Amino acid sequence: MADLTVSIVSAERALWSGEAKSVVAKTPEGEIGILAGHEPVLALLVEGPLRIEKTDGSKMLVAIHGGFFSVSGNAINVIAEVAELAQDINLERAKAALARAQAATVEPDDAAIRRAETRISVAGLASAAR
Amino acid sequence: MGAQQRVFRRRIRSVQATKKITKAMELIASSRIVKAQQRLDASLPYLQHLMAAINAAATGASDVSKHPLMANPDNRVKAAVLVVTADRGLAGAYSANTLREAEGLYANLRNDSVTAIPFVVGRKGVAYYKFRERAVGGEYTGFTDQPTYADAKRIGEDLLNAFLTPVEEGGVDEIHIVYTHFVNMGTQEVRIRRVLPLEVVDEVIEKDSAMPFPLYEFEPEAETVLDGLLPQYIQHSVYSALLMSAASEHAARRRAMKSATDNAEDLIRTLTRQANQARQAEITQEISEIVGGADALASS
Repeated sequence: MADLTVSIVSAERALWSGEAKSVVAKTPEGEIGILAGHEPVLALLVEGPLRIEKTDGSKMLVAIHGGFFSVSGNAINVIAEVAELAQDINLERAKAALARAQAATVEPDDAAIRRAETRISVAGLASAAR
Repeated sequence: MGAQQRVFRRRIRSVQATKKITKAMELIASSRIVKAQQRLDASLPYLQHLMAAINAAATGASDVSKHPLMANPDNRVKAAVLVVTADRGLAGAYSANTLREAEGLYANLRNDSVTAIPFVVGRKGVAYYKFRERAVGGEYTGFTDQPTYADAKRIGEDLLNAFLTPVEEGGVDEIHIVYTHFVNMGTQEVRIRRVLPLEVVDEVIEKDSAMPFPLYEFEPEAETVLDGLLPQYIQHSVYSALLMSAASEHAARRRAMKSATDNAEDLIRTLTRQANQARQAEITQEISEIVGGADALASS
C-alpha cells in the first residue's frame, strides 16, 4: 500500500516531514484516522496528541495546540499554531506550568491548563510506547 | 605633559570607549537581522497552507460576505490601531517613524469621524503615549527584538476580542496594524495594513495563488472550519508584522550604530590632530624658552 507524505508545520517553523503509514488526529467531532488513499479532508484540530505511525512501524507523537490539517491525494499537511514533538517536550516544565496555572485561582487560565495537560499526556504516551 | 594635552588625551580615550560599544552593537544587530529574516522565512510555509485552506473553506462555505469577520459595517465609529515600535532606543528614527505614521492614520480616521484606539507594542511607543497622557487599548513590551508566536497570539486575541465586542460596549469596528516592512538590509518602510474586517479574496497570496485545491470533505462543516481558520489568520498577520518589525528594528539599529561608529572615528582623528598640535606647541615653546634663556646668559 502506498504511504502518506506527512508534513507538520507550526506557525514558527516547519516541524517535521516524512513518510508514514497512518495518522490519527483529534478534531472537534472526535478522533479521525487517516490512511493512504483517504478522500480529501480539511479539518480543524483541537488541543491533543497527534499519532503518526511511520513506515518502519515506529510510532511518533506530537502535541498539537490548535490548528487544522488537510489531506489531498496521499499528502497530509498538519498546520498547527503551536506543536511540539514528544521528545522535545520538557516534562518537568510542563508539570510546573500545570501547577502554576492551577494555583492561579484568581484568574484560572484554562488555556494554559489544557496546554500543560496535553504536553504531559503526550510525553506520558511517548514514554509508555518506548 | 601640559594641561591642554591631557584634556585631549582624556577625550580621545572616552570617544574610543564609546566607539567600542557602538561597534559591538552594530555587529550584534547585523547578526540578529539574519536571524530575524530566517524566522520570517520559517513562518511562510504556515501562511501558505493557511491561505490555501481559507480559500478552500471560503469556497465551500455558503455565504462568506456575511461572516462577522468579513462584513464591512456601514457606520464606523471606532478603530483599533496596533503600533509596533521598539523596546530599546539607539535605532535611529525607527520608533519615531512608526509613531509618526500612526499619527497620520489617526488624523485620517478622525476625518472619517472614527475614533482611533492605539494598541502599543514596544516600550518606546508605550512611553510616547504615557508621556502625552493618551489612553491606549493595550500595551505589550519585552519581546520586540525576538517576538514569539505566543506573543503574537496574545495580541491577536486581544484585538479579536475588541473586534467581536459590540461598539457600544467598548468594541471596535476595524483593526489596523502600523509596522515597518523589511524590504532588504538597506530599505525598510513603514506600512499600514487593515487586518479586520478581512478582505480575504483580494488580499490573498501573491505567489502560487493559482494552486488548485481538491474538493475537500470538511470536518466539521465548512463554516465552522472557516470560523476556526480566520482567527489564526489574524494572529499570523500580527505575528508576521512583529517579525518584519523585528528585522527592521535590527536593520535600523545597525545603521544607526554604524554611523555612530563612523562619527566616533572622525572625532578621534580630529582630536588626535589637535592633541599632536598641542604637543608640538608645547615643545616649540620649551625650545624658545631654552634658547631665550641661553641668549640671556650669553649676553650677560
